Amino acid sequence: MTILNVNDQQREADVPADMPLLWVLRDVLQMTGTKFGCGRGLCGACMIHLDGEPVRSCVTTVGAAAGRRIMTIESVGGTALGRKVQQAWIDLDVPQCGYCQSGQIMSAISLLARSSRPSDTDIETAMTANICRCGTYPRIREAIKRAAGEA
Amino acid sequence: MTVSQGGRGCCSHSRRRFLKIGAAVGGGLLLGIDLAAFAAVSDSETTHAPFEPNAFLRIDAGGRITFVMQFIEMGQGTYTSIPMLIAEELEVDVDRVVVEHAPADDKVYANPLIGIQMTGGSTSVRASWEPMRRAGATARVMLLNAAAGQWGVDPKSCEAADGYILHRSSARKKPYGDLVDAAARLPVPQDVALKEPKMFKLIGTSHRRLDTPAKVNGSATFGIDVLIPRMKFAVVAISPTFGGTLADVDEVKAKAVAGVSQVVRMQDAVAVIGVHTWAAKQGLAAANATWDVGTNAWLSTADVVNQLATACQKPGAIARREGEAARVLESATQRMQAVYEQPFLAHAALEPMNCTVHVQPNGCDVWVGTQVAGTARSAVARVTGLKPEQVRIHNHLLGGGFGRRLEVDGIVRAAQVAKQVDGPVKVIWTREEDIQHDMYRPYYYDHLVVALNESGRPTAWTHRIAGSSIQARFFPQAVKNGVDADAVESAANPAYALGAMQVEWIAQEPPGIPTAFWRGVGVTRSTFVVESFIDELAAHAKVDPLGYRLTLLERNSRARAVLELAASKAGWGTKLPRHRGRGIALCTGFGSFIGQVVEVAVGTHGAIAVTRVVCVVDCGLVVNPDTVRAQMQSGIIFGLSAALYGEITLKDGRVQQSNFHDYRVLRMNEAPPIEVHLIESVEAPGGVGEPATSCVMPALTNAVYAATGKRVRKLPLVTAPV
Ligand code: FES
Ligand code: FES
Repeated sequence: MTILNVNDQQREADVPADMPLLWVLRDVLQMTGTKFGCGRGLCGACMIHLDGEPVRSCVTTVGAAAGRRIMTIESVGGTALGRKVQQAWIDLDVPQCGYCQSGQIMSAISLLARSSRPSDTDIETAMTANICRCGTYPRIREAIKRAAGEA
Repeated sequence: MTVSQGGRGCCSHSRRRFLKIGAAVGGGLLLGIDLAAFAAVSDSETTHAPFEPNAFLRIDAGGRITFVMQFIEMGQGTYTSIPMLIAEELEVDVDRVVVEHAPADDKVYANPLIGIQMTGGSTSVRASWEPMRRAGATARVMLLNAAAGQWGVDPKSCEAADGYILHRSSARKKPYGDLVDAAARLPVPQDVALKEPKMFKLIGTSHRRLDTPAKVNGSATFGIDVLIPRMKFAVVAISPTFGGTLADVDEVKAKAVAGVSQVVRMQDAVAVIGVHTWAAKQGLAAANATWDVGTNAWLSTADVVNQLATACQKPGAIARREGEAARVLESATQRMQAVYEQPFLAHAALEPMNCTVHVQPNGCDVWVGTQVAGTARSAVARVTGLKPEQVRIHNHLLGGGFGRRLEVDGIVRAAQVAKQVDGPVKVIWTREEDIQHDMYRPYYYDHLVVALNESGRPTAWTHRIAGSSIQARFFPQAVKNGVDADAVESAANPAYALGAMQVEWIAQEPPGIPTAFWRGVGVTRSTFVVESFIDELAAHAKVDPLGYRLTLLERNSRARAVLELAASKAGWGTKLPRHRGRGIALCTGFGSFIGQVVEVAVGTHGAIAVTRVVCVVDCGLVVNPDTVRAQMQSGIIFGLSAALYGEITLKDGRVQQSNFHDYRVLRMNEAPPIEVHLIESVEAPGGVGEPATSCVMPALTNAVYAATGKRVRKLPLVTAPV
C-alpha cells in the first residue's frame, strides 16, 4: 500500500511502485483533471507539482512521489496564485478544446511562483514543455503576463 | 448549399414550418426547431416534408432557458456562439441560455447543411445563423403576446427586456417564467421580424466563453475522463502493418502481470484488460503480440508517390472546364508548369483516441467524445448486433477533433473489445497507437500547366490533382461525375481570373492506408497549391506578388480587401534585413475570405523561424469576434505545425512516426506573434475553424521564397531544407 499526500490529503493506493503517478491519479484515485497526452514526457498534459516543482506525472513513478507533496489541477483554486492564474485564463478565454490546459496552468503557476515578473524568454522556457494542439500559445503568454500583473 | 441570410424577409415563399410550439413535459414553453427546413429553402422537393424538430428550446416556469443542440464543442466556441444567437432575439443575457448535448439520433438532429448529424466543415454557426435567431424571436413574441393577453393591452405597447415582458405605461412587468404556460397555448406567430444587424446587442460583441471555468480547474469531462462504477481498463494494439492480422499472443505472460484479467483477440488487433491503464499496458507488452503482416507490408511512401505520379499522367474526371484550355496552351508562347506534393498527415489531437463501452444483453452504453454521434450509434449497433435504439451514446467534450473524431473506427474498436468483456471497459490508445493508426490526411500530388500572355498573366490554367478520395468513402452520394468535390474545392473555383480553365481529379487510393478529413480538408490542400503557384507566376512575371494577385482579382472585392489590408498592416513592400522575407496568401473557403502575410527569418543552416503573422479575415457578420480571433490564432499555429514539420511516412507497410518527438507540432517558443484584423461585414457568416490553417501554409512557403529564392513545392519544410 502506497501512502500519498495529494492536495494536502492523505490517500492510499494499492499499486506497484513503478506505476506512473499519472495512472494512479486518474484510474485509481479518480482524479481526472491531470491528462494523458503522450505517456513519454513529451507533451506536458500530465504536469503536476511535486514538492512545488513541476513534473510530468506520466514519467514519475508513484514510488518516487510517495512521501512528497503532490499538487494537481484540482487544488489550484485553493491558493491565491492559483486563483489569479485561473482568472487570467478566464479573462482572456485561453482554452479552446481545453485538454492541455490543466498542464499549462500547472507549468504557469510554477513559473510565477519562481519569478513574479517573467520575461518573454522566461515564459517560453517554462512553457515549452507543454504542447497545445489547438494553438492557444498567444493567449497563454498574455494570460501569464496578466496574472503577473503586467497587463 | 447556402444558408439564407438573416435580417431579410426569409419566409416570403413556401418555406415549410420550422418551428413547433408546445407545452413542455413538467410545464413550460417548448419550441421544436426543424433546422432542415432552413437548408431546404431552395429545394422544392423537400418543402413538403413533414415537420421534424431537431433542436429544442425550452423555457421553464423558473425562467430557465435550455437549448438542446446537436453540435459538439471542439474548442471552436460553438457553445457560446449559438446561445448568443438565441439570446439576442430572446432578449436575455447569454449566460441564461444553458446548452445540453443532443442524444444521438440522425433523423432528429440532422445538421441541415450536411444531412447527417456531425460537426465539421466549419458549418456550425453557418447552419444555425437564421433558425437560432428565429427561434429566439418566436419565443419572445409568444411571451409578449401572453403578457399582453393577461394585461388586456395591445402587444405593440409591450416590450421584452432582460428576461421580462414590460408594459411601461402601466409600469407592469412579468418574468418569462410566469408567462410560459400561457404562451404555450397560443398560436405560433408567422413571419416574426428579426432584428436588423445595427440593432444587435450581443451579436458582434466579444462574449466570454461559457465553457472556460471548467477547463481551468480540471472539472471539464472529456471522453477519456469518464468514470463508471466497476469499470475496467483496456489498452489496444492494432496490427502495425495496414491490413495485417494477429498471429499470436502470449496470454499466460500477459495474465501474469498483476491486475491483468483478460486478453481480447480481434482479427487485426489485441487488447489487454486490467484494473487500470498501467496494468493493461504492462500486460500488452508482456503479451508480445506477433502479426501476419498482410499484403501491404512492402509499402513505402515512395511507392505511394510513384502511384500518384503515374496516375497523374492520365486525364482525370473534369472538375471544372471553362473555355478551351488545351487549345490555348498549345498556341501559347509562354508556359509554366509545376508539381506540388503534400504528405500524409496525422491529426494528433491532444486527447488520444479512447472510448468507454458497456455491452449488455439488451443495450449498450457508449461514453466518448465524437463529432458524429449518429454514425457512432449505427456502427456500435452493427458490431454488437443490437438495434440502434438500444445503443446510447453519451457524448463528451472533445480534446481536439480536427476531423479525427468524424471517424468511428475507435468506437468500433472499443465495441469489439467490450463485447467480450463483462462490465464497462474504457479502451485507451497510447499516443503511439494514435499516431500509427490514425486515418490520415491523404498524400496529394498536383500537376499544373499554364499558358501566360506577354505580361505574364495566365490565359489558360490546367490543374490535375491526384489523391485518395475521402468523399467517396464518407459521402459517396456527393461524388458527381467521378469528382471529389471536396478535394478540388478552391482549386476548381479559385478566386482569381485565370483564363481558360481545366481542373481534373484523379482518385488514387494508397493501398491499405486509411484516409480522412483534416482541418480545412480540400480547401487546405488546394490553397497551398494555388497560392504557391500564383506566387511562382508573379515571380516569373517579375511583378510584386501582392500586385499580381490584385490584378487577377478585379471582380472579387472581398478577396482584394483582405489582401490589401493584410499587406498594409504587415508593412508590405518595406525593406527587411537579409535572410528575412514576407509571403502573402489568400484563402477563400467556407464562405470566408482570409488574407495573410507571414514573415520568416532563415538561419545560416536553413532553420526557419516564423517571426510574425498578420491575418485579415472577412467572415461575414461576426457573432463573437473574440472567437473568430481565437480560431485564426489556432488555425495559423495548426497550419504552421503542418507546413514546418507535419509528415507521416511509411516503410515496410508501417507508419514511421510514433509520438511528439518525431511527429512534431509547434511549441510556445516557436509560435510567432499573430495579429488578427476583422473586416466588418453584413454578409452571411462564414466558417472560421479551418481557413486560417489553409491560408498560412502557402503564406509561409512564399515567405521562404522571398527570403531565400527557394520555391517549396513539397511539404513539410523540414524535409525540404532551404
Ligand atoms: S502525458 Fe506526460 S508529458 Fe505527455
Ligand atoms: S486547448 Fe486544445 S490542446 Fe490546448
